[in-house]
Amino acid sequence: MKRKISLTINGKSYTDEVEPRLLLIHYLREVAGLTGPHIGCETSICGACTVMLDGRTVKSCTMFAVQADGRQILTIEGLAADGKLDPVQEAFWNEHGLQCGFCTPGMILSSKQLLEDNPNPTDQEIRHGLEGNLCRCTGYQHIVNAVRAAAKAGA
Amino acid sequence: MATTISKPATLVGKGIRRQEDPRLITGTAVYVDDIKMPGMHHAAIVRSPHAAARIAGINTEAALAHPGVVAVFTGADVKNLGAVPCASSLPGLRVPHHHLLAQDRVYYTGHPVAVVVATDRYVAADAASLVEVQYDPQPAVADPEKALAAGAPAVHPQWPDNTSFTFHQEGGDTGQAFRDAEIVVKQRITSQRLIPTSIETRGVVAEWRPGEKSLTMFTSTQIPHLVRTLVAGILGMPENHLRVITPEVGGGFGSKLNVYAEEALMCYIAKEIGKPVKWVESRRENFQATIHGRGHVDYYELAAKRDGTMLGLKLKLIQDLGAYHQLLTPAIPTLSVLMMPGLYKFKSISADIIGVFTNCVPTDAYRGAGRPEATHGIERMVDILAAELHMDPAEIRFKNFVGKDEFPYATTTGLFYDSGNYALPLQNAMAQVDYAGLRQEQATARAAGKLMGIGLSTYGEICAIGPSAAMPAGGWESATVKIEPSGKVTVMTGASPHGQGEETTFAQIVADELGVDIDDVMVVHGDTAVVQYGIGTFGSRGTAVGGAALFYALQELKAKIKKFGAMLLGSDNVSLVGGSCVDDATGKSVSFAEMAVAAYHAKTLPPNTQPGLVATYFWEPPNFTFPFGAHIVVTDVDRETGRISIRRYVAVDDCGKIINPLLVAGQVHGGVAQGLGQALWEEAVYDEQGQLITGELTDYALPKASFMPLIESSHTETPSPVNPLGVKGVGEAGTIGCSPAVVNSVVDALSPLGVRHIDMPLTPQKIWKLIVQSGGLS
Ligand code: FES
Ligand code: FES
Repeated sequence: MKRKISLTINGKSYTDEVEPRLLLIHYLREVAGLTGPHIGCETSICGACTVMLDGRTVKSCTMFAVQADGRQILTIEGLAADGKLDPVQEAFWNEHGLQCGFCTPGMILSSKQLLEDNPNPTDQEIRHGLEGNLCRCTGYQHIVNAVRAAAKAGA
Repeated sequence: MATTISKPATLVGKGIRRQEDPRLITGTAVYVDDIKMPGMHHAAIVRSPHAAARIAGINTEAALAHPGVVAVFTGADVKNLGAVPCASSLPGLRVPHHHLLAQDRVYYTGHPVAVVVATDRYVAADAASLVEVQYDPQPAVADPEKALAAGAPAVHPQWPDNTSFTFHQEGGDTGQAFRDAEIVVKQRITSQRLIPTSIETRGVVAEWRPGEKSLTMFTSTQIPHLVRTLVAGILGMPENHLRVITPEVGGGFGSKLNVYAEEALMCYIAKEIGKPVKWVESRRENFQATIHGRGHVDYYELAAKRDGTMLGLKLKLIQDLGAYHQLLTPAIPTLSVLMMPGLYKFKSISADIIGVFTNCVPTDAYRGAGRPEATHGIERMVDILAAELHMDPAEIRFKNFVGKDEFPYATTTGLFYDSGNYALPLQNAMAQVDYAGLRQEQATARAAGKLMGIGLSTYGEICAIGPSAAMPAGGWESATVKIEPSGKVTVMTGASPHGQGEETTFAQIVADELGVDIDDVMVVHGDTAVVQYGIGTFGSRGTAVGGAALFYALQELKAKIKKFGAMLLGSDNVSLVGGSCVDDATGKSVSFAEMAVAAYHAKTLPPNTQPGLVATYFWEPPNFTFPFGAHIVVTDVDRETGRISIRRYVAVDDCGKIINPLLVAGQVHGGVAQGLGQALWEEAVYDEQGQLITGELTDYALPKASFMPLIESSHTETPSPVNPLGVKGVGEAGTIGCSPAVVNSVVDALSPLGVRHIDMPLTPQKIWKLIVQSGGLS
């Protein structure tokens, strides 16, 4: 039995009929057409699917679309406001915080959360704060640099 | 016409941020799984839960009856299609016929048995569980040494010894070297199986266009053109009717340097059902059915003089091949043999490879491919020798390095090292850590009962792979450069970057050579209908071979532009300066855009000159390149828990000329992370029955940000004479230099307890056990 859900994604309202078992990540990608959040595991390890739900990061493969009913979601596509990059995006670009880019949408949103919770993190705090996001390309060093740079820029 | 021209600052050598990033940081890049087509169906693959079994029967009725399912394919359907290709050839190589789907037997867990196609990915997955396969399990063997033992289960019944090939290589007279030896050290050294784990798994979308009798395949690969040729071969179709598009690729590390059954299957299915079809690998499938790396058991013997002069090296190399040969499976250990002398002047080497079938997924190229194994072996052996002789590990290396005035240097394995100054990175790294001071600190720490280790590795690698003579199907690379009628520049490269950043480094080269704005340069790759044939990106070849091809194409193009410039300026003596052509005598100039218009409008043409501004160059490299470097790792080992902390990680790498230091640093960091993964945490574990125990990311310890030490990376720059850019390649250096430095460091820390070797990964449990066994627990 399909269920009707209504939610706001990146400031836009969506209403759809979905199967109760549909994962939020699949809803975002397949139904809402937002392919910024990626799938790297579907087992809640890699963090590639990270989005913000009511202002807190969540791995969107760990919840069902129906659980997002009535809530606010921000995906990487909604981060740059009016065509202006978010300071965290800018910092990832400047510091070469990405290579293949597959982990990047999740990594940027997790970094944003980290900086909201702790605007002046130490390198160790950055490294621990990003434990839920795997990157196979960068060795993380430039990602840490990016988060530090974003903190300096007052992100 | 403008009259004042200033040459813009050069971009080559500058750490500018990447051209490719805006799409990647905004979530607008398109990877395979982001592709949607009207009427697109979804495939799910039924895979064997057994490592070895006969298939007694397959019942697809329930799956076919499931609403939304349009077709189920089994081995019988694809029996007459071609096999998954192995491009390597070795004398006497046994190559099992690798069908796209299992026929009457399965050979590893994850072996594809059937494909279910449905209108929706959830429905396809549901229906896959309804396919009933009757298995008759057989004994399996997952360990290569056990597979070689008498009475071991035969992976392929027709070859009961489980041996796919043996290979012998010799250089110099090892018999003499071992007779002359004053000391011989021996050690068994393993390089465990690893799972490449690109964060984007594999994926394919295939579409059949009946009108054109053509197939379009989107696939996440490092080698789009080779995939086109080989998949067309499997399907028995003309390759110019198959278009392969490689959209954004979310990491490869060698695992996508291959041709996989699923690529051919999706093409076949798209044609059969007359609809586009998508398959995206799950992480579990990625671990079970995408190639693994490494899988060595090596037996080394090193002959030397008591003053530390190394004379000869013998190696028996047992390579775990898995159940089949993928594209380069049997060739990988031969690369290890080529690199076994490392940076040292060995008079002789002798190597025997035994390629062994096991009931596991095939091994193949994973970052470093053969060279990390070789480097780990020689760098461990040098340390073992140094320990036996009570010599300092740095001293023994300085004593045996190929000297900086001995290049090109002919190795006993038949290579010609292009250029180098092997002592310099080690000297720099030692100065950076204050090596003498560290050794003193270590003596004090030891006296206080602390386990502190200092490990170094000095590595060399074969890059810019490679001259065509050394490759199964071409080792050149291609580039086309076009100046469009508007003056914008388009580059089409046969390389297939997937994170390395060649859209930027190539644009830097173009900007400097043509004097144009970097934002006016567009680098296109990964579409066989658009880009001339190419080989792809692997073996640290993207810039060292692809960039060189681009450089030569640019020279041809410049020669042609100059003709148009000379014509427009009415002068025979013109130069290209900063995106314009200047009359040497008068200083008058014409811009790129003006010359482009002249070339495309072609109202008048210079003598013997075709309209248009396009040049294509296929560059055949005359040799490999040989980057090198030194890594020093300082560790502290906790006696009570076996936990290893890395206090310093210093990497001094020489990858030749550097085009973009920011990107080079990224490659080093990422490479080191994968080397550290092997040294400390990662291992693909199969149990006795051939079940993959580390079957998900929950069980496979991929490095996290908190695991990684700060990598202090710097460089020496010894240009390569092999290509006009002087670059050597950097994609694999970090991985190759890392693991021996880490293990040498931890062995050094534990040496007061009598430890002389530890096999990777150095898990706390393993270290703690060693400490306990040696009575070292305080
Ligand atoms: S896809 Fe959600 S955590 Fe990996
Ligand atoms: S940039 Fe490739 S996984 Fe992070």
